[in-house]
Amino acid sequence: MSAAHRPGPLRAAILSLPLVWTLAFLLVPYLIIFTISFYTRKYPTFLPDFQFGNYLIIFEDPQYYQVLWRTAKIALVVALLATLLSYPLAYVLVFKIRSARLRAALYLAVIVPLWVSYLLRAYIWKTILGSEGILNSFLVTLGLLDGPSPLFLYNQFAMVVTLTYIFVPFMVMPIYTALEKIPRSLLEASGDLGVGPLRSFLAITLPLSMPGVIAGVTFTFCLTFGDFVAPLLVGGPDGQMIANVIASQFGATLNWPLGSALSIVMLLVVLAVLSLSARLDRTGRVELA
Amino acid sequence: MLQSEALARAEERGRRVRLGTWLGDGTLGAIAACVLAFLYLPIATLVIFSFNDNRSLTLPLRGFTWRWYETLFANEQLLQAIWNSCYVALSATLLTLVIGLPAAFVLHRLNFPGKAAFRRLILLPLALPGIITGISMLNLFKLLGVNLSLETVIVGHATALVAIVVTQVFARLQRLSRNIEEASADLGARPWQTFLLVTLPNIRSAVIGSALLTFTLSFDEIPVTFFLTGRDNTLPMYIWSTMRRGITPEINAVGTLIVLFSAVLIVLSVVLLRDRRR
Repeated sequence: MSAAHRPGPLRAAILSLPLVWTLAFLLVPYLIIFTISFYTRKYPTFLPDFQFGNYLIIFEDPQYYQVLWRTAKIALVVALLATLLSYPLAYVLVFKIRSARLRAALYLAVIVPLWVSYLLRAYIWKTILGSEGILNSFLVTLGLLDGPSPLFLYNQFAMVVTLTYIFVPFMVMPIYTALEKIPRSLLEASGDLGVGPLRSFLAITLPLSMPGVIAGVTFTFCLTFGDFVAPLLVGGPDGQMIANVIASQFGATLNWPLGSALSIVMLLVVLAVLSLSARLDRTGRVELA
Repeated sequence: MLQSEALARAEERGRRVRLGTWLGDGTLGAIAACVLAFLYLPIATLVIFSFNDNRSLTLPLRGFTWRWYETLFANEQLLQAIWNSCYVALSATLLTLVIGLPAAFVLHRLNFPGKAAFRRLILLPLALPGIITGISMLNLFKLLGVNLSLETVIVGHATALVAIVVTQVFARLQRLSRNIEEASADLGARPWQTFLLVTLPNIRSAVIGSALLTFTLSFDEIPVTFFLTGRDNTLPMYIWSTMRRGITPEINAVGTLIVLFSAVLIVLSVVLLRDRRR
C-alpha cells in the first residue's frame, strides 16, 4: 500500500459523506414510513401503534385494491405499447442506417424528448386530445366528426397515450444499446448458412436483445406505476392511479398511516419487479465467450 | 442446358429474396419514421401554438403573434418561479456532485461490509417513483420539525438525482486506468494533488455531463417538489397549478422556451458523455 491509499481523516470524512447521506435521507425515511404504516389514524394526526389495519384496508376495500390493479394494468399496457413502438425504431437505427453520423444524430433526436420537460409532454396531450383541442378541430375540419368529441380526453385511453409517448425514448435507449452489442459476424454466419432474415432475427437478434427489452420494460413499468402527474392532467374519474390516492392521503384526506401503507405496497411492487427483471436477465442472458 | 436452368432458378430466387428484403426494410423504415413523427409532432404543435394568434388552442391557425411571450415577461409570479427553479436546480446539482463523486469513488475503490446494500440504496431512486422519495422525506422533515422551503426541496432533489452522477462517474472510473494515478503518487504527488490534477481531468466530461442532466431534471421535477415545497413555487409547480385551471397559449410559450433550453443542455451533455474515440 502506498501513501496515497492510506485513509487520512479528511479522506475518511469525504468518503463517509455519501454513506451518511444515504442513511439519513433514504434509509431512515423509508423506515419512518414503514413504521407509520402500522400506526392508527386519529384525525387529524395519528397514534403510535402496531397493527395491520392499514394493510388490511388496502386489500379489503375495493376502492384501494381496484386502483392498485388498474395502475398495474395501465403500467403493463404502457410498457408493452412502448416496446412495440421502440423496438422497430431501435432496430432500424442500429441495422438499417449505414452512416454512423446519421445514426448518432437520429439516436440523439430520439432521446432528446426524454429530457424535455416531463410535465410539458403530458400537457401537450391535454391540448391535443381535449374537446376544444387540436385533434378534435382537425377531425371536424376534415368532416370526419360532426362536432367536437369529449371521448379523447379524461380517461384511461388518454393516459395510456400520454404515458406511452413519455416512455418511448426511455425504451429505445436500452434496446438500442443491446442491439448495438450484437456481433455482426453472427448474423453474417447465419446468412452464409442459408438462414433467412426472419429466422436469423428470431434465433439471434431477438434473444440477444432481450436484456435491453427487459431493462426498458422494467423502468417503464416502475415509473408508470408511480406516476401521478399524467392522471391529474389527462386522466378522468376512472383514470386515478395509486400515486394520486397516496398523495390525497397526505393532503386533503389526512390519513398518513394509510398513505404510508400504500407507499410501502408501491415500494414492494417496484422492488419485486426489479428483482424479477434481474433474475430474468441472468437466466436469459446468452454468454458470448 | 441443365446448368443454365439451375442458374436461372437461382437468380429468380435471389430476386425474390431481394424483393422480400426490400419490402421488409421499407415497412420497417416506415414504422420507424412514424414513431419518430409520434415523438416530434406533439412538440411541434406546442411550439406552433405558442405563436398562434388565438386564445384557445384549436385549428385553424390564425396568424403569427409574439403576444404570449410578451405577457410571459410581464408576469411577476412566473419570473419569481423561474428564479426559484434556477436556485433549486443549481444548488441540487452542486449537492449531487458533492455526494455523488465520493460515492462513485467509494463504490469503485473500496470494499466494506454492506457495500452491495449501499449501492442498491443509493441507486434505488433511479427506478423508484419520485412520489415515494417525496413522501418519505416529507415524513422525515415533519418528524424533525423542519419547515418546508426551497431548501428542503434541494435536499429532496439531491437525494433523488444523486444516482445519475454515481452511475455516470462510476462507469467512467471503471474505464480509467489506475496506472496514471499510481505514477502520480510514485512521483510524490499528495492524494489531493493526484485527484485534482490527474483523476478529475480524466473524468471531467462524465462529471459535467451528469451535472447538466441533473440540472435539467431538477429544473423539471414535480413529484418530490410537490411534497417538499413550502410557500415558494418552482417553475414546473407554477406551470402545473396554471394548467390545472385550464390551457392557455402562455403555457405553450413558456413550454417552448423550456424545450429550447433543455434541448441545448441535453445535446451538450450527450456530446460530453460520449466516449471520445481514440
